[in-house]
Amino acid sequence: MMIYFKRIFKIGIINFWRNRWITLATVMVMVLMLFVTGSLVFSSVLLSSSIDRIEKKVDISVYFTTHAAEKDIVALQDELNKFPQVESVEYISREQALENFKLRHTNNALITQSLEELGENPLGASLNVQAQNPEQYESIAKFLGASSYSGVIDKINYFQNKLVIERLSNILVSARAIGWGAALVLAGIVVLVAFNTIRMAIFTSREEIHIMRLVGAENNYIRGPFVIVGVLYGIVSAVITMVFFYPLTLWLGPKAEGFFGGPNLFHYFIGNFFQIFLLLLAVGVALGAISSIIAVRKHLTI
Amino acid sequence: MIVFDHVSKVYSPTSTAVEDVTFRIESKEFISIVGHSGAGKSTLLKLLLAEDTPSEGKVFFEDVDVHAIPKADLAVLRRKIGTVFQDFKLLPSKTAFENVAFAMEAAGATDEDIETDVPQVLELVGLIDKAHHFPHELSGGEKQRVSIARAIVNRPDVIIADEPTGNLDPVNTYEIIELLKKINSFDTTVIVATHNKDIVNGLERRVITLEGGKITRDAKKGKYIL
Ligand SMILES: Nc1ncnc2c1ncn2[C@@H]1O[C@H](COP(=O)(O)OP(=O)(O)OP(=O)(O)O)[C@@H](O)[C@H]1O
Ligand SMILES: [Mg+2]
Repeated sequence: MMIYFKRIFKIGIINFWRNRWITLATVMVMVLMLFVTGSLVFSSVLLSSSIDRIEKKVDISVYFTTHAAEKDIVALQDELNKFPQVESVEYISREQALENFKLRHTNNALITQSLEELGENPLGASLNVQAQNPEQYESIAKFLGASSYSGVIDKINYFQNKLVIERLSNILVSARAIGWGAALVLAGIVVLVAFNTIRMAIFTSREEIHIMRLVGAENNYIRGPFVIVGVLYGIVSAVITMVFFYPLTLWLGPKAEGFFGGPNLFHYFIGNFFQIFLLLLAVGVALGAISSIIAVRKHLTI
Repeated sequence: MIVFDHVSKVYSPTSTAVEDVTFRIESKEFISIVGHSGAGKSTLLKLLLAEDTPSEGKVFFEDVDVHAIPKADLAVLRRKIGTVFQDFKLLPSKTAFENVAFAMEAAGATDEDIETDVPQVLELVGLIDKAHHFPHELSGGEKQRVSIARAIVNRPDVIIADEPTGNLDPVNTYEIIELLKKINSFDTTVIVATHNKDIVNGLERRVITLEGGKITRDAKKGKYIL
């Protein structure tokens, strides 16, 4: 039994090397496939992080009238915090609002001057509410409008931004759906191309498979070396792809970070090196082995 | 040990390779199948090896209906039959040595046996000095001798040789036939399909004559008569 596996291994490795042009062509296609797989991982990391960030930018600001009591505001904050949909509630006091305002307009002499002339703080306190996801703002805004505090609420800017927020959340949701759909189609195409490349490589060996059958080799003995070669394609391709990704993410990392504001791809790549390598290895080896088994089976008919 | 029972093989309406053939081959026989080109000799041998299925009739090997064996299990049958193919059927990516060794590996022989037996049979067919040549580096006759070496290396119960001397010169032909006779004297059944009149007449063994896919003569100590 041992000798059986040893021979299958040996023949597989010899074939991998002797048919090096076919090996080269197949490995190139597999590298392309794994490259697409890895790129999908990277772009989904970037996309999710920028979606996260955009979603964070969406919020509801509740502005209170200048005579609203601080304890009411804090009570409302507590109540909002109990909502499961609510991610966070930030309280901005009147004084802080004034500080922020001054800070923003520190270069504008006219505004600072008129503020000083006014003598008192014209700004009300506010609460910044963040929901866990954009679809939930609607219900939070409704709750606020209907709550017993509506008397001290000056305005809720969600209703002003409602349209924009709604559009944005729709765009985000469909962008993600389209992204996943496109990624799946692309991945499907690339897998098919890789599968067909292996089928072609094995097709060139069909005469040999027939001969092996005729001289009395068992099917598993014929199939074994092809499966080994398929697995080797997967391993070599995964390694080559990883080697490609190193300089690529190094170069692309800062650029993509600037553009998406997302994590630096290079850091992500290094930080998750083994997970990514294992993923590519698993995809490559599975595809190589399964394609080989399917392709050989077609020729075991004589 | 081998029985063809009313076997016909029709490839297409215009091509009937074998028609209603019935004969029996006993163990240890040395039998020649002769006939013009296209008479159906190779087809008969292919049917025995289950490389092709008959249109009608049955083929038995050691009382087993060859064509009732599941495809995945044919290896067992084929290892009992050593075959010299008319078109050699060598594995192009393996050297002469590896081609012969492959038949032994497939049969589960140990490495030690392969190391001793393969050079022995290559010596026997006079190809030991070309052991590490690939088929495309060998002449037609040399390829034929590799094919013969592969057929005999596992000491099968039966050897089928389809035109085994077609590409050989008279000296080599004589040696191969002597080899087959010797193998037969060790109780191996030998079936040779050939055009070669001198071989058949020199053997003085059983001869089956095919004409247009039908058996026209089956003689115990036959001659090549066409
Ligand atoms: N795969 C096939 N498809 C169609 N016809 C075939 C096929 N194989 C063989 N034939 C036909 O069957 C007939 C017998 O062929 P076969 O190969 O058995 O002849 P043969 O006696 O071995 O001839 P030769 O001495 O030239 O080798 C021929 O007429 C051939 O054309
Ligand atoms: Mg023939």
